[in-house]
Amino acid sequence: MAQSATRIRTGRAPGAPHPIGQPLAALWSMRWVAVALGIVGWFVYYPILNNFLVSTTQQDIFTGEVTQVGLENYRRLASDPVVATAMWNNTAYALLSILFQVFGAFWLAAIIEGLQSDRWRAIWRAVYFIPSAISTTVTGLLFYFIYQPQIGILDGLMTGMGLGHLSRVWLGDSTTAIYAIIAMSQWQGFGYSTLLFSVAIQKIPQELFDAARMDGAGPLRQIWAITLPMTREMTGMMIIVTVTGAFQVFNEVMVMTAGGPNNSSQVLGTWLFEQGFNQNDMGYAAAIGSLVFGVTMLCGVAQLWYTRRRRVEA
Amino acid sequence: MTMTMALPSRSRPFWPAMLRGMLWAFLFAMGVLVLYPLLWMALGGFKSNSQIFSDPFALPASWSLENYLAGWRATRGYMLSSLLVTLVSTLTTVMISAWTAFGLTRTAIPGKPLVVGFILGGMMLSPTVALVPLVRMLQDLGIYDSHAALILLYTAFRVPFTTFLIRAYMLDLPRDLDEAAMMDGASPGQIFRKVILPLCQPILISCVVLHILFAWNEYLFAMIFTNSPGVQTLPVGLTSMMSKQGTNFAAVFAAMTISALPIVIIFFLTQRYFIRGLTQGIGK
Repeated sequence: MAQSATRIRTGRAPGAPHPIGQPLAALWSMRWVAVALGIVGWFVYYPILNNFLVSTTQQDIFTGEVTQVGLENYRRLASDPVVATAMWNNTAYALLSILFQVFGAFWLAAIIEGLQSDRWRAIWRAVYFIPSAISTTVTGLLFYFIYQPQIGILDGLMTGMGLGHLSRVWLGDSTTAIYAIIAMSQWQGFGYSTLLFSVAIQKIPQELFDAARMDGAGPLRQIWAITLPMTREMTGMMIIVTVTGAFQVFNEVMVMTAGGPNNSSQVLGTWLFEQGFNQNDMGYAAAIGSLVFGVTMLCGVAQLWYTRRRRVEA
Repeated sequence: MTMTMALPSRSRPFWPAMLRGMLWAFLFAMGVLVLYPLLWMALGGFKSNSQIFSDPFALPASWSLENYLAGWRATRGYMLSSLLVTLVSTLTTVMISAWTAFGLTRTAIPGKPLVVGFILGGMMLSPTVALVPLVRMLQDLGIYDSHAALILLYTAFRVPFTTFLIRAYMLDLPRDLDEAAMMDGASPGQIFRKVILPLCQPILISCVVLHILFAWNEYLFAMIFTNSPGVQTLPVGLTSMMSKQGTNFAAVFAAMTISALPIVIIFFLTQRYFIRGLTQGIGK
């Protein structure tokens, strides 16, 4: 592999030197990546760098007035109670998603992959995945209706099970709103991670399980001693991806509560939107953006570190 | 071809008979938990508005298509926008990414590790952080509230991930074929078109499906950077339909079903490729 890589260092046949010469040829080969560099640089990197500049200003999108305020927006960020709520909500999102979409999905995948019928394994994987293919706008609206007291089915179900006294206006109650949204998100997302775990489990050599069985290990012991350690990489990656996702969450909160009631279900994304696009406080919104950047960067670095360590181990 | 077929057959049941019944009941219950809300949504589209209130659990009293027709009329325009934005951005994203991945794996570009880091590093950057500056940028470019804005943004934010997938695939391709082509005097352009691209077909299909899923469902950019009905895509259209005729729940249910249906169908048709794409994306 490495040998052939060094053999093809240049994309040019040995017998056909480029007419313009080597340095120019190298520059000319940049054409392959120029479009990507341009569009990613312009629309991904540049705005994110720019976000830091905007975060030190106070500006009005209507009058276009811009004042330099230094770190004022960040000071506000540190003392804003809604930012604290949002941070907690994002954290709760991350923790519950790890519980259901990483550990729960692992067990579900282990159960499915232990089935004998190829067909049923494929069916369960596909059925559980369906909600992940649908947009969060649709699932968010759907659960908005499900949680409604008059038309929703949740309260009806709870009454049917004799739990009617526990029911409430799930999205209108500041103690339950964010958890109702998180619950929807687990419903939507668990099939996606189950599918990924299934694929990881399928890659484990069957001989390992056979050998364990010879030694008299039962199914739970096999999952514990073989499946779990053999999918550790996937688990690690999934935790990082899940946490990153949890700090970028926006759609479902926007669609279901828009952060209400009383900002109790705000997350960083929706609070950024509220400040920047409803209150027109772009400077402060950019500061919230920097906070999101900080958290996702940490996750990104963790991911890089994790992948690199894995490669070294392998 | 599918991954399940490559598996060694399970000679003896993994789960003991005693446990099997319980596990099947559990899997079945989870299936109901997933499918029932979706079924409720689709059935809600057939009900009358008053039945939705009076009898949420019942089957529709009459199977009238009226709401679906109303939902279709209300979402038709958005559907067209979604279709346009999805198709064009899929084309641009996959083409640019394949082109870039070839450059990153088969040519001698100067400073390659830096270029790889820059492009793939884009995967770590979140759209939320770019929102505020993008407003001004798109206004200055004169493409605020246009399909072009969405196409550009969807392409820019998905090129890193798509390049990552295609590059991983190209790295694993044997070099013999392009070496042979090179010996025969083929130019890099010819090698790309005639040797590498055809070999990459499986991953290209996964990338197309993944991008369609992303673009059809994207909400954040579409909500913030578009406001006229002729430009807005389905996810945004649904929420604005909801606020416009929020009392006609039956029509909203129908519209939700209509907008979810194409993507569910695409998922089932392309499941195989799609799963492969996901595996290569995270599982490698």
